[in-house]
Amino acid sequence: MTAMRVRQAIVAALADEMRADENVIFFGEDVAEAEGPFKTSEGILEEFGPVRVRDTPISEMGFTGAAVGAAMMGLKPVVEIMFIEFLGVALDQVVTEGAKMRYLSNGTLSVPMTIRASVGSGLGFGCQHSQTLEHWFASTPGLKVLMPSDAQSAYSLLRAAIQDPDPVIVLEPRILYAERGEVDTSKVTKIGKASMRATGSDITIVALGHMVNIAEAAIKAAGVSADLVDLQTIIPWDRETVLASVKKTGRLIVVEEAPQSGGWGSEIVATVTAQLFSSLKSAPFRITTPDVPVPFNGGLEARFAPTSDDVARQIKHALSQSGAPQPWWVAEGVAK
Amino acid sequence: MTTSLERRNALYGNDLACYERMVEIREFEKITNALFAAGSIRGTTHLAVGQEALALGMATTLKPTDVIAGTYRSHALALAFGLTPHSVLGEIMGKATGCCGGVGGSMHMCDTSVGVLPTSAIIGGGMPIAAGAALAFQVQKSKNIGVALFGDGATNIGAFHESLNLAAIWKLPVVFVCDNNVYGEYSRINTTTPIDDLHIRAESYAMPHMAIDGMDIHAVRKGIGEAVDRARSGGGPTLVEAKTYRFSGHSRADQALYRPEGELEKWQKRDPLLVTEQDLIARKLITQDQIDQMKSTMEADLGALAKKVESDPEPELSAMFSNIWTPAKAGK
Repeated sequence: MTAMRVRQAIVAALADEMRADENVIFFGEDVAEAEGPFKTSEGILEEFGPVRVRDTPISEMGFTGAAVGAAMMGLKPVVEIMFIEFLGVALDQVVTEGAKMRYLSNGTLSVPMTIRASVGSGLGFGCQHSQTLEHWFASTPGLKVLMPSDAQSAYSLLRAAIQDPDPVIVLEPRILYAERGEVDTSKVTKIGKASMRATGSDITIVALGHMVNIAEAAIKAAGVSADLVDLQTIIPWDRETVLASVKKTGRLIVVEEAPQSGGWGSEIVATVTAQLFSSLKSAPFRITTPDVPVPFNGGLEARFAPTSDDVARQIKHALSQSGAPQPWWVAEGVAK
Repeated sequence: MTTSLERRNALYGNDLACYERMVEIREFEKITNALFAAGSIRGTTHLAVGQEALALGMATTLKPTDVIAGTYRSHALALAFGLTPHSVLGEIMGKATGCCGGVGGSMHMCDTSVGVLPTSAIIGGGMPIAAGAALAFQVQKSKNIGVALFGDGATNIGAFHESLNLAAIWKLPVVFVCDNNVYGEYSRINTTTPIDDLHIRAESYAMPHMAIDGMDIHAVRKGIGEAVDRARSGGGPTLVEAKTYRFSGHSRADQALYRPEGELEKWQKRDPLLVTEQDLIARKLITQDQIDQMKSTMEADLGALAKKVESDPEPELSAMFSNIWTPAKAGK
């Protein structure tokens, strides 16, 4: 076990994969000479050289599409998208091209590429640099979508992503880059497998990314015995683990840092409700952000993503009543 | 209280007022930098030190009814086009008094009373928008024009090429202004682009193009003016490349340690404030003493403003839920 920051865990995972497989190449904006705006590629250019590690122009469609092409021809490209919103201009290459190549080649082509992107609110970057946007990709068959919650998962998920034969998007909560944690570099996560952050008996909380940490604090604050499932992979998500947990506890809350409408949590709640209807002790529900852009103002942004206080309030509600609680903006009469 | 439009109108035909606004921008950015360092500003800021002449040259060539789609390096554009230092700093500090009510932040300036469309934090994001605004003016048979202001790095993104092509085939009343400040984020333009003169890219769209000295307000007015006249008279779009220099790093996170030795110093000799001062002194419109006085007064005034803005009200919680959709019309 080695203590490292999340961003260092990302560097370590990339370096380990580049050492293990010479087909792994890495490019993005200011990732080589400048070692990444978030210092997520420190020392990579120095160790692996300019053939495998490249700075790109500000041309996300061009270089992300180039990763698709290079992947089809046998390389394993890893590209960095500085802020997930920048993938917006490259969406065609990811969703409509990359995700369809295996299907459209009758299975003769694979696209072993990895897209890393920083995501999330909380740092005052405003509404065009603070979204998580996992739902842009979660409904695209052919993609795999991962999100780490700490240094260990940042390491293990990135290694798994690079090793995977299909296009994988790793969404890295920007707010965690500087967080420290113990990392066991022998651990490579299986894509599609959730991780249990805590185990308990009264309720199942499913969360993703930084919301796992928020949920963990909320469980402590609420003083309850809960299974905390760190989903880690959004597609394909770990039905087995989630269903087994809810079968045991009879209660489910999903905590998402994404707008209320169209989130991945709806899929989880729908599946659990359909399959475990008779075992449920209370209505499964989601805790999400409101359907609003991420506000810049610090006080407002602090209320945007679910907070541990609010998650704790809703956990207590779920344990005492059978119906779902109202989101804070309804409970406080701020919005409908 | 002075409105944005009054502040804009005060600039036309008044070189001294333009110089004073340039000083305002320079001192404003110094204060922004200091406030960020002190923890009073969160998130990020992208300073426009050294790019004042381009902003003022455009502000005084365009009419307040023309529209401009700019970028996250937004403070100079906003102040030059008329936004008050209070509304700009208020936005940067997330206050209710900011031009976007505090929900936008440093990268997002907007004031439709002087034609400033919301500035975009996405490279090239404003370019199709400016072309679209010009399309509206063309359809409406208005004499207004659209302007896109973007950096050198944006010339490598699809939106640049698509916007230029579209504007060319539809002969849109739009001016594309590339602020070539030599650096795209942390990369020198020559490492990401195979040509030095970015304006020649207009050739492939059969579009008139030119390079101008972006450090000299007169050169900016002359070049942009020619493009504006063409657009306004139905002659279609122009690509103007203003040669400037980014005196600061890309954002607050960037110390710009990658600059070649001596490059900054070389460009500082072409500092737009210095160039303007030399011009105004030669024309006997101002003395060095008056310049020094103006700078210290501006510094003091903006310092006092910063203190005031720090205690401005925060936006109400309801601001988070406002302006998502257009409200339904009453009675419907």
